[in-house]
Amino acid sequence: MQEIIRLKQVKKAYQTGEMHFEALKGINLVVNKGDYLAVVGPSGSGKSTLMNILGCLDLATSGEYRLDGELVNTLSSNQLADIRNKRIGFVFQAFNLLPYATAAENVEVPLLFAHVNSKERRKRVTELLARVGLADKMNNKPTEMSGGEMQRVAIARSLANEPEIILADEPTGNLDSKSGAAIVSMFDELHKAGKTILIITHDMSIAEHTERLVTMKDGLIESNGDLSGRRVG
Amino acid sequence: MNIIVSFKQFFNDLRRQKLRSLMTMFGVFWGTCSIVLLFAFGKGIMEQQLISQKGIGDNIAIFWPGITSKEFKGLPSGRRIRPTEDDIRLVKSKAEMVMRISPEFSRSALLKVGKNSSSRRVHGVWPEFGAMRNVIPAPGSRFLNAADERERRRVIFIGNLLKEDLFGEDEAVGQTMLVNGMPFTVIGVMQEKNQDSSYNGRDSRKSYIPSSTFNAMFSRRYVGNFVAQCDPKVSMDMTRAEILEILSTKYKFDPTDREALSVWDTTEGFAFLKNFFMAFRIFLVGIGVATLITGGIGVSNIMNVVLEERTKEIGIKMALGARKSVILTQFIVETLLITGVGGLFGFVFAYAVVKAVPMMGLTEFIGVPEVDVTGGLIVVGLLAIVGLFAGIFPARRAANLQPVQALKLF
Repeated sequence: MQEIIRLKQVKKAYQTGEMHFEALKGINLVVNKGDYLAVVGPSGSGKSTLMNILGCLDLATSGEYRLDGELVNTLSSNQLADIRNKRIGFVFQAFNLLPYATAAENVEVPLLFAHVNSKERRKRVTELLARVGLADKMNNKPTEMSGGEMQRVAIARSLANEPEIILADEPTGNLDSKSGAAIVSMFDELHKAGKTILIITHDMSIAEHTERLVTMKDGLIESNGDLSGRRVG
Repeated sequence: MNIIVSFKQFFNDLRRQKLRSLMTMFGVFWGTCSIVLLFAFGKGIMEQQLISQKGIGDNIAIFWPGITSKEFKGLPSGRRIRPTEDDIRLVKSKAEMVMRISPEFSRSALLKVGKNSSSRRVHGVWPEFGAMRNVIPAPGSRFLNAADERERRRVIFIGNLLKEDLFGEDEAVGQTMLVNGMPFTVIGVMQEKNQDSSYNGRDSRKSYIPSSTFNAMFSRRYVGNFVAQCDPKVSMDMTRAEILEILSTKYKFDPTDREALSVWDTTEGFAFLKNFFMAFRIFLVGIGVATLITGGIGVSNIMNVVLEERTKEIGIKMALGARKSVILTQFIVETLLITGVGGLFGFVFAYAVVKAVPMMGLTEFIGVPEVDVTGGLIVVGLLAIVGLFAGIFPARRAANLQPVQALKLF
């Protein structure tokens, strides 16, 4: 198995006035290419902080984060932006779509930042929205869509520049169980297509779809198990 | 590419935030409009005052007979000094700084055209008088000339309002009118002018005949007054001294005696007006700068509010791979476009107002406002700079956020 993510003694501390808070107290984690991994744990356990660091949305206070062997800690803000743009797709609990833009325009945003030409952009956007089953909603704005549909737009957007890694932070947290299930099966498919997927959740039914389960508590990894043997199907 | 992304973003935002964009643009619009109007009307009023001031003439002084107040070479004070037409000829031939000079005789006379009559002052003057005192003939007419003077012609030049009183709407030039019963041919009508100072009444109701004709009719020994115009390259003070020197030699009075001849130097008022308007202009520039700063702070504030509103959006964009420069460019382009479009509309609106005001007919008081193109360009340039500064600070603040900070604020 080829290693894609390696964390070594990663710590994240917040300092607000006199208050010192350690969200991550030394995380060691290796993720291989093609892994399908769930991170579970109670709120405040540090799983979102971990996800933000993995997604280069935030920087670790100390420790090493290597992405494909490259030390992320030392990269410039432009290099980090390029990683977020091309190598990592992020799916948020709150969808985080641009409210004034149509589905197609939302999916187009990462392509604009990647300087893809307009003809290619149109083609990719159409393909991506068809892939998540929203070919007929291209010109709808987020306000005209259901939660499940919005999350599918977000997934299409995360795939825009064909990243190797998909990070999802409570992707079904704001959805009813039926829509949630549809989103999970979409991740299953992406996994089959070879993507490396990390999902944060506290919903164990989602965790059952994944092949690895990481449990966090108080800023530390409590258990790190391989579930592939247990997995049904 | 960044620019294109920014433009696309800007127009998306414009559509989304119609009210906010309109309010910002209105702020800039109002600022530009105020400044352009301020300067246009300021300039119009100033020029109107200068024109009115010049109504009486450019670089002229008017001299009246007087009474000496100082003893001189054994002669007592209290002697009357009354120049004759020959004295004016003497000054004309001797004084080097005098560009033009003319005696002015005047008396009241009954002017009659058909059934219309009016009792007005008739002035006997030399042909130079017209150019000196800005008594300009309307198209199709002329002022008195050398031949009129030489041949004592019975010709008359009349003020524009006097023409209306006597002739109404009818053509006056070439017509005959009676001056104390004597027939005169009208050779010219004065072109309407603004005049804010005068002696013996405004020029618009005066009439002028050759001084030779005047003396043949009324036989005056002394001039009522005389008017002298100095060379623009020298000061009126020096010219006046030169004139007084010549006349004091002849009449034996102290040339420093200010009452031997009483003098109205119109250039003194002009100098005062120039100083006053310099102060006025500085005041206007001050107000303009203050208005621009206020406008700039407004734009900057709105950009800051926008930043708060948009922190999440910026977070999303950064999470999707927007580089700092993209975010920065977006803010700057947006600010520049808002200031640019607002400024343009303000300029166009002010221009329309400036063009519309003269049609309402207040020009005698406020003049014809005029948009100064250089001034306009300066305003636009300043607004662009204000816009740029107003854009840079919020943009830098936005671009320096970590994506997660931006996202977490909501």
